[in-house]
Amino acid sequence: MAILGALNPMLTVGLDGNNDRDWRLDAYVKRGGYSALKRILSKKMPQDQVINEVKKSVLRGRGGAGFPTGLKWSFMPRAFPGDKYVVCNSDEGEPGTFKDRDILLFNPHSVIEGMAIAAYAMGAARGYNYIHGEIWEVYTRFEEALDEAIAAGLLGKNILGSGFDFELFAHPGYGAYICGEETALLESIEGKKGQPRFKPPFPASFGLYGKPTTINNTETFGAVPFIMNIGGEAYLEAGLANNGGTKLFSVSGHVNRPGNYEIPLGTPFSTLLEMAGGMRGGRKLKGCIPGGSSSPVVPGATMMDCTMDYDSISKAGSMLGSGAVIVMDETTCMVKALERLSFFYYEESCGQCTPCREGTNWLYKIVHRIENGQGRPDDLDLLGSVTTNIMGRTICALGDAASMPVQSFVKHFRDEFAYHIEHKKCLVPPDVQRAGSGFFKATV
Amino acid sequence: MLDIEIDGKQVQVPAGSTIMDAAQLIGVYIPHFCYHKKLSIAANCRMCLVQVEKAPKPLPACATPVTSGMKVFTHSELAINAQKGVMEFLLINHPLDCPICDQGGECQLQDLAVGYGGSASRYDEAKRVVFHKDIGPLVSMQEMSRCIHCTRCVRFGQEIAGVMELGMANRNMHSEIQTFVGRTVDSELSGNMIDLCPVGALTSRPFRYSARSWELSHRKSVSPHDSIGSNLTVQVKSNRVMRVLPRDNEEINECWISDKDRFSYEALNSGERLQKPMIRVDGSLREVEWNIALDYVSHALTDIARTHGGESIAALAAPSATLEELYLLQKLTRGLGSGSVDFRPRRRDFSSEGKLAGIPWLGLKLSEIKDLDAALVIGSFLRKDHPLFAQRLRQLAKQSGQVSLISVTGDDPLIRLHSRMTVSPADLTRALAAVVKAAARIKKVALPVGLESVEPCAVSQAIAESLLAGEKRAIFLGNVAEQSAQAAQLHALASLLATLTGARFGFIGEAANSVGGHVARALPTALNAYEMFAQPRQAYVLLGIEAELDCYNPHQAVAALQQAALVVMLTPFKHEAAPDYADVLLPLAPFTETSGSFVNTEGRIQSFNGVCRPLGDARPGWKVLRVLGNLLAIPGFDYTSSEQVRDEIVAPETVFVAGLDNGIGDLALSSDPASKGLQRIADVPIYFADPLVRRGAALQQTRDAAAPTARMCAATLVQAGLSDGSQVRVRQGQGEALLTAKADESVPAGCVRVAAAHVSTAALGDMFGPIDVERA
Repeated sequence: MAILGALNPMLTVGLDGNNDRDWRLDAYVKRGGYSALKRILSKKMPQDQVINEVKKSVLRGRGGAGFPTGLKWSFMPRAFPGDKYVVCNSDEGEPGTFKDRDILLFNPHSVIEGMAIAAYAMGAARGYNYIHGEIWEVYTRFEEALDEAIAAGLLGKNILGSGFDFELFAHPGYGAYICGEETALLESIEGKKGQPRFKPPFPASFGLYGKPTTINNTETFGAVPFIMNIGGEAYLEAGLANNGGTKLFSVSGHVNRPGNYEIPLGTPFSTLLEMAGGMRGGRKLKGCIPGGSSSPVVPGATMMDCTMDYDSISKAGSMLGSGAVIVMDETTCMVKALERLSFFYYEESCGQCTPCREGTNWLYKIVHRIENGQGRPDDLDLLGSVTTNIMGRTICALGDAASMPVQSFVKHFRDEFAYHIEHKKCLVPPDVQRAGSGFFKATV
Repeated sequence: MLDIEIDGKQVQVPAGSTIMDAAQLIGVYIPHFCYHKKLSIAANCRMCLVQVEKAPKPLPACATPVTSGMKVFTHSELAINAQKGVMEFLLINHPLDCPICDQGGECQLQDLAVGYGGSASRYDEAKRVVFHKDIGPLVSMQEMSRCIHCTRCVRFGQEIAGVMELGMANRNMHSEIQTFVGRTVDSELSGNMIDLCPVGALTSRPFRYSARSWELSHRKSVSPHDSIGSNLTVQVKSNRVMRVLPRDNEEINECWISDKDRFSYEALNSGERLQKPMIRVDGSLREVEWNIALDYVSHALTDIARTHGGESIAALAAPSATLEELYLLQKLTRGLGSGSVDFRPRRRDFSSEGKLAGIPWLGLKLSEIKDLDAALVIGSFLRKDHPLFAQRLRQLAKQSGQVSLISVTGDDPLIRLHSRMTVSPADLTRALAAVVKAAARIKKVALPVGLESVEPCAVSQAIAESLLAGEKRAIFLGNVAEQSAQAAQLHALASLLATLTGARFGFIGEAANSVGGHVARALPTALNAYEMFAQPRQAYVLLGIEAELDCYNPHQAVAALQQAALVVMLTPFKHEAAPDYADVLLPLAPFTETSGSFVNTEGRIQSFNGVCRPLGDARPGWKVLRVLGNLLAIPGFDYTSSEQVRDEIVAPETVFVAGLDNGIGDLALSSDPASKGLQRIADVPIYFADPLVRRGAALQQTRDAAAPTARMCAATLVQAGLSDGSQVRVRQGQGEALLTAKADESVPAGCVRVAAAHVSTAALGDMFGPIDVERA
């Protein structure tokens, strides 16, 4: 099990590490699962009340943007006649992020229940869970969980005799990162090429098949049953003001125990680092990407003073994003790290709009050159100018996501880039880099 | 209406407009590539980014709806920086070799790069190379490295042509426009993608590297190829037509033209052009001077008129001849004492003659099609017969208009149809009668006499209902309905259905002057186009007609011409079969080399000038006929210009001709069951429809120009003891042809589809009617 630890857990509570049993319906029900849905349906709780409860919890979207979930739900035109959809975004493709995978693998029913509650609150009768194509075993498990829920009458027509219908389908993606962008995801479900749509119109008015649609992240839906059980205020209290609840952090990189950790928002970064077993080899933290690869990198010293919540990370000049904490120690070559990230964004650009299609490749080519000893003195300014030309001028946020790492790496580690350009080699000696990579026995 | 401000100018725009719409309204130009007024909004090129007050980021003008009080700045620092940034991105992978690009001089990217591009590139990496593709003979994809991924061509296919033949494969900077693996682009509107492409990625294959855009004179003309009368810009260099482009006319062709309008110009420069008059001397045709040829013709005609009587002379013109030519031909023929003149060589049934209330026409304006709630098309190969008319119906169907089709094959019109019936040609009347009967029942009106044996089916019921719902509805009769042996019955039934439902009805019309021929009174008072060959004459004058390809019964026509004492052909081409029957060939100037007028299907008269001098000794038809009239001493042939001829036909300044009326007098309706035995269905393939397209070299390499086969459904094949691919002998009366049998489920049972207008089927008889098929 890759959920390695928790502080005051909700989503991972009661998971005792038995992977074959914990995820099943009976185990979930034993942990108190589906009680929220049952109570809502039996009491015929008004839709507004459900949405208000979510609003009170200040649950913010866990997929990366951090948009208040309750507010998003209230945008849905509930009176709209005809089909409305609830879609779960499990297309987790950002480097460093692997929390949705574990939620779906170890606690799929929390997501199913959360989606059913959301559908009830927004008057939708149909839902899709779009699961990243490269985690096939998660898709098959979710299908099994769906079968269990349907067999138990928790999904389908007339759920638990309440007259409420909700059909939920799993939909495998095929591994394109862009399909995690909500409108590209909708295009993909519709069977089209995954390319983001221009907004407006927003999905709440023109979404899947042109119908009102609400899209939330897996973890967001997973949190909903707990909010309904303990109440919005209690959920908020578990975190900080404006940062309700707990969150899963996917810690990777140079730590001793990389994995998922559920902690209340506002927990100090140092605590999270400790839970992850501390820095590998006791080395110093050089930098940390706190919210998935598209969030700006934060220098080690600044990071050690941060608490893990939206506001604190934002103050440090980055974003909490999806909560993927990539830890880099002093053996890391920041140019090489950026080269790898830039390659990812270049490779995953959908090619639809000009700045991103052309710009991401240009960025990668420049960084690639610097890393390979062919940098030029004006390359750093050029990188800055190209990122400025991309940011804010594209259809979706991928252009920004590709630019922010470049800007922050160059800003915080400019000396290292300059050294690369001037000396055609890295500041960190190759043997030190190799040692830090973990593939060779440490020599420092 | 919303008040907004663009660059300090106040403008009122309707709600729902975009910033781009508003800017165009006040003449503010916002640079763009992917935006096109006729296509959906993609917002992918990002060239039209502008600054909007209170918006933190620049917004794309093409996709941003205006809101009340919005303030837009198209030339602010933020906007210009954004536009320049996008331009740099567009250029980094685009070859910077405009001097050797075919698009150079007429390239949007080149033009805008002057305003927004840097003087030097900051991009010093390897450029993208995109492999070329072969997508057919019309559109070249040789230089796809130039593509800027605006997807106009893709959207054109999806939205206008109705079929997505191009798509964008792959992602990131490796995105490529291509067809589905190995396919070609076969749409009859494909050439418009060349115009839409803002760079030199898609270019015209026949035109490529044959001229520079600034060397070309741009001259106005009108397409002779179909009844729409598409407006053209013909581009000429050194007295040679180099290229044909659409000329915007929202009322007619919008900004499109069909591929036959665009590429048929190759025929104008073909080696088959007749450049000198020819006369049969000692059994073979020899070149002579004009005065000799005309002298010969006038004497021969006078002789025949004197010895056999004027009625022994017949004249037949192509419906694509100009109004003036048609008028002078009928005047000449009547002057010789004959009433046998016609312009409808592919017509069989003339029983409505004398019962027509006026000139048959479309029944409404082309621009009114978009406002219809329902439309029914009867007997038409829509896409191939009328590419742009079909396009209008396609847009109508998209906007919730209900389009239904009663046709003789199941060809896909690429229109979202409300309902369709596919019946054999002989059953067309019964199918239409069923709709009439269904409509009469719904309206609770007495059933018309003669339709007792018809029983409406669910589809005819649905069609009748669609024609009864909504405000504006129309019924259109296509080429098949006009060529059919029951044309008058179909006309009467359509008229009846229109009366019952309150719909308008009309004829789409086969050719450029299908209405104009009536206006010019090129109509028989004696023998009509079919009878003049069924009852052979002594002399024939053929204007732009290639009898073995253009007539309803080519076998009969050629036989009549062969026995005639004199056959005079006015033709732009030396054509292969002429030596068999022609005695005189007079080189006729095609539409680009003569002035004249076409009256399109909505009755709009469009006059045009010649765009270049006639080739060799070719002369405009009106001049040839005028001189012939003088030589024959027929009074009233003293014209000095084609305008003078036109003014004699219609009042000067006429836009829409008078006398348009589709009404038909009493005609006994009958709905007898179809005859037994195999029936022929003859389509006129799009690139064989007239002498020009037949000689368009590139058009002849397209899929649509494939040689005809004998197409039957599997059941009919089995019944005839044939199999897919077997060689068959097809026989009609005396005539026969050797063809390959093809299984085709779109052909109704009991029918064989054998195209007309092709050399391989020229020996056959009637376009519709009994046919025998046997293993060869």
